[in-house]
Amino acid sequence: MARSVVSEIKRDHIQKLISKGRRLDGRAWDEFRPISIETNYIESAEGSARVRIGNTDVLVGVKMIVGTPFADTPNKGVLSTNAELIPMGSPSFEAGPPDENSIELARVVDRGLRESQMIDLEKLCMEEGKEVWMNFVDIYVLDYDGNLFDAAFLGAVAALKSAVVPMKANEKGEDFPMPIRSLPISCTAVQIENSILLDPTLDEEKVASARLTVTTDENGDLRAMQKGLIGALTIDQVKGVVETSQRVGKELRKLLG
Amino acid sequence: MGGNSNVKLIDDNGIRIDGRKVDELRNIKIEAGVLKNADGSAYVEIGKNKVLAAVYGPRECHPRHMQNPAKAIVQVKYNMISFSVSDRKRPGPDRRSVEISKIISEAMEYVVFTENYPRTSIDVFIEVLQANAGTRCAGLTAASVALADAGIPMKDLVPAIAVGKVNDQVVLDLNKEEDNFGQADVPMAMIPRTGEVLLLQMDGHLTYDEFQHALELGTKACEVVYEKQKDALRRRYKVENEEAPAEAETQNQEA
Amino acid sequence: MNNENVRPSREVVLPGDLLDSGRLKPGSGAYAVDGKVYAAQLGIKSVKSNFVNVIPLGGRYIPIQGDMVIGKVEDIGPSNWLIDINSPYPAPLHVTEVPWKVEFGDTSRFLNVGDTIMAKVLMVDETKRVQVTMKEQGLRKLQGGQVIEISHSKVPRVIGKGGSMIQMIKNHTNCRIFIGQNGRIWLDGDIDNMMVAIRAIRMIEEGAQMSHLTEKVKEYLDTAMPKSEPQAEGTN
Repeated sequence: MARSVVSEIKRDHIQKLISKGRRLDGRAWDEFRPISIETNYIESAEGSARVRIGNTDVLVGVKMIVGTPFADTPNKGVLSTNAELIPMGSPSFEAGPPDENSIELARVVDRGLRESQMIDLEKLCMEEGKEVWMNFVDIYVLDYDGNLFDAAFLGAVAALKSAVVPMKANEKGEDFPMPIRSLPISCTAVQIENSILLDPTLDEEKVASARLTVTTDENGDLRAMQKGLIGALTIDQVKGVVETSQRVGKELRKLLG
Repeated sequence: MGGNSNVKLIDDNGIRIDGRKVDELRNIKIEAGVLKNADGSAYVEIGKNKVLAAVYGPRECHPRHMQNPAKAIVQVKYNMISFSVSDRKRPGPDRRSVEISKIISEAMEYVVFTENYPRTSIDVFIEVLQANAGTRCAGLTAASVALADAGIPMKDLVPAIAVGKVNDQVVLDLNKEEDNFGQADVPMAMIPRTGEVLLLQMDGHLTYDEFQHALELGTKACEVVYEKQKDALRRRYKVENEEAPAEAETQNQEA
Repeated sequence: MNNENVRPSREVVLPGDLLDSGRLKPGSGAYAVDGKVYAAQLGIKSVKSNFVNVIPLGGRYIPIQGDMVIGKVEDIGPSNWLIDINSPYPAPLHVTEVPWKVEFGDTSRFLNVGDTIMAKVLMVDETKRVQVTMKEQGLRKLQGGQVIEISHSKVPRVIGKGGSMIQMIKNHTNCRIFIGQNGRIWLDGDIDNMMVAIRAIRMIEEGAQMSHLTEKVKEYLDTAMPKSEPQAEGTN
């Protein structure tokens, strides 16, 4: 595809800026673009959120269905996360079943939700071994300008947090809010040359050699990580991204109210 | 169509369950240019329907064997997101969305001056974010605004609306309950200026008289939707200035 | 349709709007049915001699013979390069159309995938097949600086009347700037000055329909570049 060729001039320019501690859009290396979170955006979902980070725009919805638990977790609800890189979102997204990029995205989001035990899945069990709530988290990318991981994760957390368990509609009793135990936050940084940049734009991602996503909880403890792309990170860079993620994560968590 | 006329959807004063009269539209909101990556885009709300449309192109046609050496092809993809309906819909196309994509593509191909762009594809993506009956009409309405926003040469904008029959009465712009329990559904799209009908489907049961009445209601409603489409585009491209028009200047050379 | 619906000049017209009822002929962006002329495209109505045209406000760049463009090499063959010129049609650049003597199969020694060039649209045939050339003074491979993209329809505003707008930006920022008709703009200069120049261009892009745009851009340049005095009449 024509658009996937990175212009050498752009690459050189981004690198030249970074060597002077600058970014294309004038942000500091550890600064996020403006973030907006709109919850309860879709009435037909049990929970939903539209999240924008700069020009990246994602819509996340949670549907809850009565189902049977897995045999090894008979007293727990089920969580399933799926991401759709729909062709609306970018000229580089193609129609068809999820490719490796959307599967990686969905799995990294899923890991952060699951490992932080954000949802108290035991409270989503109605009858042990028989009847539990199944949560389907679907992420749709409407406009892609970099850092899908954080936009999708923020959207998933906000959508789940706003969800109401549809007991009444399923004749199971009274509705109650989604049982939430923690609010995990992910922060993603990329490496360009030897510099680290938080919340990369698409232009920055295109010239980045490595990417690291770190998901932390309220205590700053680590709950999920994912290193991506073909470059290598130094131990110091890894530690640096973790520490930044702990610090910036605290600020982002406030946006969830 | 459920065809169940026992469900009372219109009261004795002729008022529908959402408070509308039989010939009244739901609230309509249209915005143009709502996405960054797409060459053109639009957002349409009709009642509780929320629909986005994005246009990419004209661009190189893939797969190449679909290229037409004489004109552009218009490929519309209509899709409902999984949580747009009360029961979660599995992501990806189903037979219904393939059919709807086809008829909207055909309607759009009629208005686009495809011969201006041989060998290219004009791709339109319609995503139904929230569905409440009438999504194909909302989708077509959005697609048409998105095409204009993308600067695609076309004969005219195309509005669409559904007409139907509920409790033995012809009504305009069915909501979800009316769609579920009504007796007929007639989605239609037309160019108001010329009266050209570009999309028409019908299911249920209508007498010929009822159908003619339905067409009449639909035609009037299309005029209303058409004005909303134009208003959205005018708001986006408002011109304030009286400065010299943007005539092409001779190219400067680098200093 | 009545004549009342004929829109006055300088107003945005939309596809299907009546432009004229019989006197004028349809020019670009317009079409005629039964002697009436309608807009075929979103844009500004403009009447020139006997023709009514619509100057587009958006849309993709469609190459016209003679246009100066900024292209990106997206593929290499043994005797040509494929250039992305920001239009629906990639444009071949043949080895006979470059200022160097290139042996068969030796193309990558001169231009590589990802390289940026200044080129001229050599020809466009009736099926929109495009060819570009670099065989003209000043056309070359671009190195350093940076390239930004704007809508090609905003290019005339960025250039300004007689080149006045772009000259003002050049004078204030001391940047070298080349504007392609295809909406790509190459700039080079001091990093901070380049950022000021880009912001000024973005202002023009966003405010292309605004009144007193020139004054507003000048105001911005004056505050952003307080030290640099506009140089004496810049020569091109």
